[in-house]
Amino acid sequence: MADKILNKIYVKVWRQNSPKAKGRFETYTVENVSQGTSFLEMIDILNDQLILGGKDPIAFDNDCREGICGMCSLYVNGHAHGPDTMATTCQLHMRKFNEGQTITVEPWRVGAFPVIKDLMVDRTAFEKIQQAGGFVSVNTGGVPDGNAIPILQDDAEEAMDAAACIGCGACAATCKNSSAMLFLAAKVSQFAKLPQGQVEAKRRAKAMVAKMDELGFGGCTNTGACELACPKSISIAHIARLNREYLKAKIAD
Amino acid sequence: MSILNSKIPEGPISQKWSNHKEKIKVVSPNNKRKLEVIVIGTGLAGASAAASLSELGYNVKAFCYQDSPRRAHSIAAQGGINAAKNYQNDNDSVYRLFYDTVKGGDYRSRESNVYRLAEVSPNIIDQCVAQGVPFAREYGGLLSNRSFGGVLVSRTFYARGQTGQQLLLGAYSALNRQIAEGGVKMYTRHEMIDLVTIDGKARGIIARDMVTGEVKRFGAHAVVIASGGYTNVYFLSTNAMGCNVSASWVCYKKGAFFANPCYVQIHPTCIPVHGSQQSKLTLMSESLRNDGRVWTPKKKEDAEKLRKGIIGPNDITDTDRDFYLERRYPSYGNLVPRDVASRAAKERCDAGFGVNSEGKAVFLDFKYSIERLGRHTIEKRYGNLFQMYEKITDVDPYTQPMQIYPAIHYAMGGTWVDYNLMTTIPGLYAIGEANFSDHGANRLGASALMQGLADGYFVLPYTIGDYLANEIMVPKIDTNRPEFIEAENNVVARLENLFNIKGKTPVDHFHKKLGQIMWDNVGMARNAEGLTKAIKEIQELRKEFYKDLLVPGEMKNVNPELEKAGRVADFIELGELLARDALNRNESCGGHFREESATEEGEAKRDDVNYAYVAAWEFKGIDSEPVLHKEDLFFETIQLTQRSYK
Repeated sequence: MADKILNKIYVKVWRQNSPKAKGRFETYTVENVSQGTSFLEMIDILNDQLILGGKDPIAFDNDCREGICGMCSLYVNGHAHGPDTMATTCQLHMRKFNEGQTITVEPWRVGAFPVIKDLMVDRTAFEKIQQAGGFVSVNTGGVPDGNAIPILQDDAEEAMDAAACIGCGACAATCKNSSAMLFLAAKVSQFAKLPQGQVEAKRRAKAMVAKMDELGFGGCTNTGACELACPKSISIAHIARLNREYLKAKIAD
Repeated sequence: MSILNSKIPEGPISQKWSNHKEKIKVVSPNNKRKLEVIVIGTGLAGASAAASLSELGYNVKAFCYQDSPRRAHSIAAQGGINAAKNYQNDNDSVYRLFYDTVKGGDYRSRESNVYRLAEVSPNIIDQCVAQGVPFAREYGGLLSNRSFGGVLVSRTFYARGQTGQQLLLGAYSALNRQIAEGGVKMYTRHEMIDLVTIDGKARGIIARDMVTGEVKRFGAHAVVIASGGYTNVYFLSTNAMGCNVSASWVCYKKGAFFANPCYVQIHPTCIPVHGSQQSKLTLMSESLRNDGRVWTPKKKEDAEKLRKGIIGPNDITDTDRDFYLERRYPSYGNLVPRDVASRAAKERCDAGFGVNSEGKAVFLDFKYSIERLGRHTIEKRYGNLFQMYEKITDVDPYTQPMQIYPAIHYAMGGTWVDYNLMTTIPGLYAIGEANFSDHGANRLGASALMQGLADGYFVLPYTIGDYLANEIMVPKIDTNRPEFIEAENNVVARLENLFNIKGKTPVDHFHKKLGQIMWDNVGMARNAEGLTKAIKEIQELRKEFYKDLLVPGEMKNVNPELEKAGRVADFIELGELLARDALNRNESCGGHFREESATEEGEAKRDDVNYAYVAAWEFKGIDSEPVLHKEDLFFETIQLTQRSYK
């Protein structure tokens, strides 16, 4: 099927030259965009236009452009990763937009993710949460055979549901409390469903939650907005499991 | 006698690795603490190497251009990872995996390296399971397998269609543990721009901080390149936007030979190009060929009607469908290797049977397996891939067949390494896709993940000790030495040069032009005339690039255009070498198809008498021709035969 052409759209973008600089919105016009074009390709077209016009192009994070690396971010018209569901910004296509529409594009607005430039933010805080306990402490070598410990298929599937997290930050960016609970829960829950994760379960839950609090993310008030924004549809049931794991650990103290 | 010493150990093939391990040197724990290693890239190879080296006690500095090591493009690998576990009782073995890989690579890989790869493959699965990688399981709780192309057994382990993601997150978790313990210092958003050598040995790098624009010096006793492949030289490929050859390329220009650049893999099942504004191509996993059937219409008039949108694929009856892979290759059918499947798709489209508006697509149909297994099973196996396809094309693959076409996907060629994975520069190693060593002229599906993790977890941590054992008396590398200052000055001068051209053309325009030259002349079918033309056009493009490039923004700030300019400058040079290598190799093998060398049936025809060698290129200056060094390939275990999947 041939895609339709959008003759003219308006893109209202957050511009901010550096972390300390004052930001502002600028509106640009983009013409002749095929609806089969991806949203980020539309930004590429806009950037080309800006460069040729002697202006600074818009800085934005992106890499795999197939929805798996988690590098892209952005609120598009107020939605984390845009109006499509179960998709990252790089999977968003222009067929979700209409002729003459104004599209507003902003960086994640989370205290723990400071803006670096324009639409790029610093997500180092997520790295720190993983470093606090998102691992099984095994060195390379000397491990048992892969089939030594059978794992119930349903448990492996549920662990996989959680492990699908791409670490993009949409959950925290959507949460009114800027909570990173879904991100953290995805890792804790993955390990909670697997025998390999049991040994360090208590230490892991406590250390990761403490790190999240320390970094300035908010608490969870169960609105469920994160699950809707998550491009991988990770369920808030994993937050419930995290809470259980955390409680178990605390009671044992 | 070649100046290349591949250092293949003595003894029968099955004993080489164990013999070698017994003989190589080991560094004591207290000396490991004094030694530093730099690792460039944090994909499967880089992350697993950095974590394993740190666990052993080395001080590691790891670098990636992304904002997190978890984003490296290994994450996008979908289908699975091979291992010779023989869990399925289907007579798989280390030997069979070795044999399949050598044959799949069209007899252009080094036997000893491939055998070692097959030998360590079972350990990888064990390691990943221990890390908590949620592999697919059977009802009894044991690990599940599926089949991939070019193979008659089921040895592929998988985690839905996200195997690369899960394996990378496993390696990433091991890396995080080392970062937390202080053994690895992680530098994200840093790009290596030069290699520093002192007295001929690799001693550090120059990197640009991509946030501040600062150019920095880093010293180490050894440097490991794990920066992946170079297929973005074609502009449109399945690689991530940032994937680049620059780390490998600066090493080439400092004396590391570059091997077999013309071996690039063209993956048969990618979503077709949709217009001129496309920025990258998306792969649909090879695993889909387990359950999908590839076809085009039998009648040309049906193909024409499809192209015009008059009829849909479901209007064509089974009898009017040409399942051309099953027809041409009855024993492997839809699971022939990638190079064979890609050429067969091209043949059908060139003959006028292409099914999309541009005539450059074939169908991959799940109708039959949905009828046989039910939608639920297909959804469980490939749900995320189907979703990905639907997002991009707006077509539901549960009810309509997918449209697919070959696209550039993986680089078998890369930096030349010996059996220890060391390059021709002492102390400089190359692992994973960045090296050339294991896949010959064509890589089998689910073997990239295997090689990345084999190198990082189980090969390099052993072999690097053999070199570092002689470096224990070398104190911490002083980055104030003149070699570092000179390298830094050169990097700054190079960046300023790119920035100050101030021409009229943004870098992407050059990249697209380069890609077009490459795809047209150095793509799926190559000939001497086209290759000669490509070399000339690329040389002209290079001149134009340095005359007319426009880099906006600031030097000392985030500047993606400046980053791209450096990468494209290197791609232009690589493109020329790739075409030169393709011109030199006047035979068809694996992914490299020379029209001058084909059988009557149109299959690739190797020339073992003249070309059973690795072509390793030595840099001789930007305006001089590179020098070709040959590493002859010896097949002591497997007999060379013309590859057949009929």
